[in-house]
Amino acid sequence: MAHGPAKGIARWLYTTNHKDIGSMYLWFSFAMFLLGGVFALVIRAELFQPGLQIVDPNFFNQMTTMHGLVMVFGAVMPAFVGLANWMVPMMIGAPDMALPRMNNWSFWILPFAFAMLTSTLFMEGGAPNFGWTFYAPLSTTYAPPSVTFFIFAIHIMGASSIMGAINIIATILNMRAPGMTLMKMPLFVWTWLITAYLLIAVMPVLAGVVTMMLMDIHFGTSFFNAAGGGDPVLFQHIFWFFGHPEVYIMILPAFGIVSAIIPTFSRKPLFGYASMVYATASIAFLSFIVWAHHMFTVGMPLAGELFFMYATMLIAVPTGVKVFNWTATMFKGSLTFETPMLFSIAFVILFTIGGFSGLMLAIAPADFQYHDTYFVVAHFHYVLVPGAIFSITAAVYYWLPKWSGRMYSEVMGKTHFWLAFIGLNVTFFPMHFSGLAGMPRRIPDYHMMFADWNMISSIGAFLFGGAQVLFLYIVISTIVSGRKATDKVWENPEGLEWTVPSPAPYHTFSTPPEVK
Amino acid sequence: MKRLMPDNPIHAICLKLGALGVGMFVFAIWVMPPMYDVFCEITGLNGKTGGPYQAVSAEVDTSRTITVQFVATNNEGMPWQFAPEVRTVKVHPGEQKRINYHAVNPTDRDMIGQAIPSLVPFKAANYFHKTECFCFEQQPLKAGESAELPMYFIIDQDIPENIHTITLSYALFDVTERYADNKVTKVTQ
Amino acid sequence: MLNRAHGRSPWLLAPALLVGSYQSLAEEVERWKYNMPEGVTPVSQNIHGLHMEMFWWCVGIGVVVFSIMLFSMIFHRKSRGVKPAHFHESTTLEIIWTVIPVVILILMAIPATKSLINLYDTSEADMDVLITGYQWRWKYDYVDEDLSFFSSLSTPREQIEGLAPKGPHYLLEVDEPLVVPINKKIRFLITANDVIHAWWVPALGVKKDAIPGFIKESWTIINEPGVYRGQCAELCGRDHGFMPIVVDARTEEDYRAWLQEKQAAAAAIRELTSKTFTFDELYARGEEVYNRSCAACHQVNGEGIPGTFPSLKGVGVAVGPIDHHIDVVVNGVKGTAMQAFGPQLSEVDIAAVVTYERNAWGNNMGDMTQPIDIYNHKQGN
Repeated sequence: MAHGPAKGIARWLYTTNHKDIGSMYLWFSFAMFLLGGVFALVIRAELFQPGLQIVDPNFFNQMTTMHGLVMVFGAVMPAFVGLANWMVPMMIGAPDMALPRMNNWSFWILPFAFAMLTSTLFMEGGAPNFGWTFYAPLSTTYAPPSVTFFIFAIHIMGASSIMGAINIIATILNMRAPGMTLMKMPLFVWTWLITAYLLIAVMPVLAGVVTMMLMDIHFGTSFFNAAGGGDPVLFQHIFWFFGHPEVYIMILPAFGIVSAIIPTFSRKPLFGYASMVYATASIAFLSFIVWAHHMFTVGMPLAGELFFMYATMLIAVPTGVKVFNWTATMFKGSLTFETPMLFSIAFVILFTIGGFSGLMLAIAPADFQYHDTYFVVAHFHYVLVPGAIFSITAAVYYWLPKWSGRMYSEVMGKTHFWLAFIGLNVTFFPMHFSGLAGMPRRIPDYHMMFADWNMISSIGAFLFGGAQVLFLYIVISTIVSGRKATDKVWENPEGLEWTVPSPAPYHTFSTPPEVK
Repeated sequence: MKRLMPDNPIHAICLKLGALGVGMFVFAIWVMPPMYDVFCEITGLNGKTGGPYQAVSAEVDTSRTITVQFVATNNEGMPWQFAPEVRTVKVHPGEQKRINYHAVNPTDRDMIGQAIPSLVPFKAANYFHKTECFCFEQQPLKAGESAELPMYFIIDQDIPENIHTITLSYALFDVTERYADNKVTKVTQ
Repeated sequence: MLNRAHGRSPWLLAPALLVGSYQSLAEEVERWKYNMPEGVTPVSQNIHGLHMEMFWWCVGIGVVVFSIMLFSMIFHRKSRGVKPAHFHESTTLEIIWTVIPVVILILMAIPATKSLINLYDTSEADMDVLITGYQWRWKYDYVDEDLSFFSSLSTPREQIEGLAPKGPHYLLEVDEPLVVPINKKIRFLITANDVIHAWWVPALGVKKDAIPGFIKESWTIINEPGVYRGQCAELCGRDHGFMPIVVDARTEEDYRAWLQEKQAAAAAIRELTSKTFTFDELYARGEEVYNRSCAACHQVNGEGIPGTFPSLKGVGVAVGPIDHHIDVVVNGVKGTAMQAFGPQLSEVDIAAVVTYERNAWGNNMGDMTQPIDIYNHKQGN
């Protein structure tokens, strides 16, 4: 009954298979990751030493903007959606996603969005240059003409994310195998369920805020223009009402991945499964009431400032619970350190460091000194690179044998890990220091007192970039010529995905499995 | 009664989630901005002062004196000369006071300006009442013309004891293009 | 050599550590700026205290958590033949590691709250300064003194482009610093002219967004005389990285003297407006003004940046009718990056820069304009 995939390009254009679509998401996000990485390297090359060497300040601003947009919307989010496509049906024992045709559509509009966004680089006046946070009025009254293309690109990405999220929720709530109760679902499925709700709640807000920009620019409204009774600060409130949950959209699925990998290589069940679920839900809830901590210096009333400070500090509690649970999972386990485990342990440690700087940033008076400096840049790269990127990398190493039926080379994987780990820390750790010493973010040139840290950061960035090229090579060579993987792949991994053969057949669970 | 939800549970949940998405979009554009304005009004956020005020009592509290400072800034591309006639006045709560801003349009074209008030400290914003103000309307000035722009205000008797100084700023914007048809409309600032 | 200011490579740190020479080590630590400055105001010192307190809390928690992880990684390895335990939940533990962080957070929140309340107390100021952010310079307005001026980056273009050695205050120096007295409570009223900027001086512990149309307040009391430097902290366009802030704190006496001198100078400028200048005087002054205020966009050679900033060399306004040229400089061009320089530059400077642009780079228009013409233009005559 199971028929194989169609042949040629039509397979990919018309596919409604969750595995094909998952692979396309992953390849697309990898391409965007490399593109965003090139933008980052332009930034780091310019900042290698004081003075203007390589690019014009306006182009530098385009690079910081495009780097942020491409990494957030092009690399991290599609990668998680790709992993969800591949893994969610297999983890809950479903034959496919609930809405396979919408699944195809939500992937295929993405390349158009990013083609439009990237094409702005070649337009007159250049690409968006107002930062990925695009604060009005710099992004409205003072924006380059390409801003309209940027707005449409955001609309398309938003539509793609919302369709993806609806699909994931519909799948999880309706397609679970008999016996797969909610509290038996793997944490990756749980975190994605919560993430999907966050996406549906906030992506429309992002669409709303860019729509308001569009109307201010072209149709004479003044949502964000004081002259017509609007307020630029309103922009920031709406943006961050989207933006803070967005931050968790980029980290919650990572929690799920790590919660799958650490138990496997500790040979011990995940500690505190239920508390992990509750902690994820509380983090998601809190993400809606902390947005203004991005705006402490905007001049809010004292009561507002205190509220957002306390609410933000509270996030440390459920996040702490997660870290403690992972630690307890490893404690008294029987540990081995395969590549996915290395990335996961690095995730826990480095994400915790990012959490510490986040806690420091939550303290409003101290934030008056930290705000918009490299300390903030260090903070969010410490949560996003080891957080999102390392977890995605760990997931690829962990499940690649299941996807491709072939094993990657452990030596190569470990080399990749150590290069990435060292590169990351050399790049981002010095940013804490340059930020505290007073270097503002988003500047193309700086005083000599920041020169040493910046030079180190730039060297680290190129090392990290090189490590990702190695990653690309490892993935391709595994798929092409890796040795055969067993069905179980790892020693005693938990989950339905390990009960099917490697590589996973084109159609899995056409008859639902029994879940005890 | 016709059932609202389709039979297929997958379609039902899509409908609900789609509605949530549309709802959040509507929330962002049509609910958040007015909510923000109400919030600003309650807290005095950004020092936004209210619209025309009807004086209720003429009782003057002579036991207190409050210093009111006036500053004026021009937004980008606004070539008018624009300044208060006096930089500070001292008033008693409850007393109505008039002050003038002086504006000159030095260019060779007719222009329209809009002054946006903002006041610090924010917590004083709810106690600072303008009975008449040039900022309630756009101000057209012909090429080379000048004008005295009056503003009448009363400080509420209930103003908190610890406020001794209030600074009122007007930022002047060029809105000539926005109101190119010279139709002067009311805005509530 | 990359680090021209100190002329020493960062890699020298390692030998310094090896040799163990205490003095050179201390020098190196001093040179490698790595922490928040304590600053010179009660607020900045208070923030520094909070920052360090938070830092040590984080270090403490980190040491405990990471030690446990490291312990597991070393002693609970499969290669040591360890058999895994099977425990996987404990409500007691979950409650403990929820409650302890809550207690720690409360301990952190108390001093933070106190310090925030203090920071918001802008009452009873001795003087007020209105700060306006422009693309890409600051304007300071001494509200009680009828004195205002612009403060722009004074680092020469050659240093930025690497054609000259970088000075000790590279990118952190301005033509006109904000001069204030010490031991006085100064209230800053902060706003912006175009986009959002943020006024930040780390040593004062003051950072506040400058928002067009609205006014925000902040305050400081500086304990020690000195020159304190900062930068714009909110992305505000192309030259965001090139609009530094310099605060020159002086004793009350010195401040008064400066104020008088400044007011006299302002009077002198008004005087100069009615004076007639020679072509050479205007051309020389114009070159200076141009390089300071115009060259960032139109470039030192007048050629601009194709597609972004128009060329002035041989084309456009600088070789067109002089009245239009003056109007563009004074009133700007709506909807473009060309801002109105009328309020920013004196009549003398505008006359000089217009004269310069019309005759530099082979434009050779041969005409010139006097400050009084600019004055009349500004008045609408």
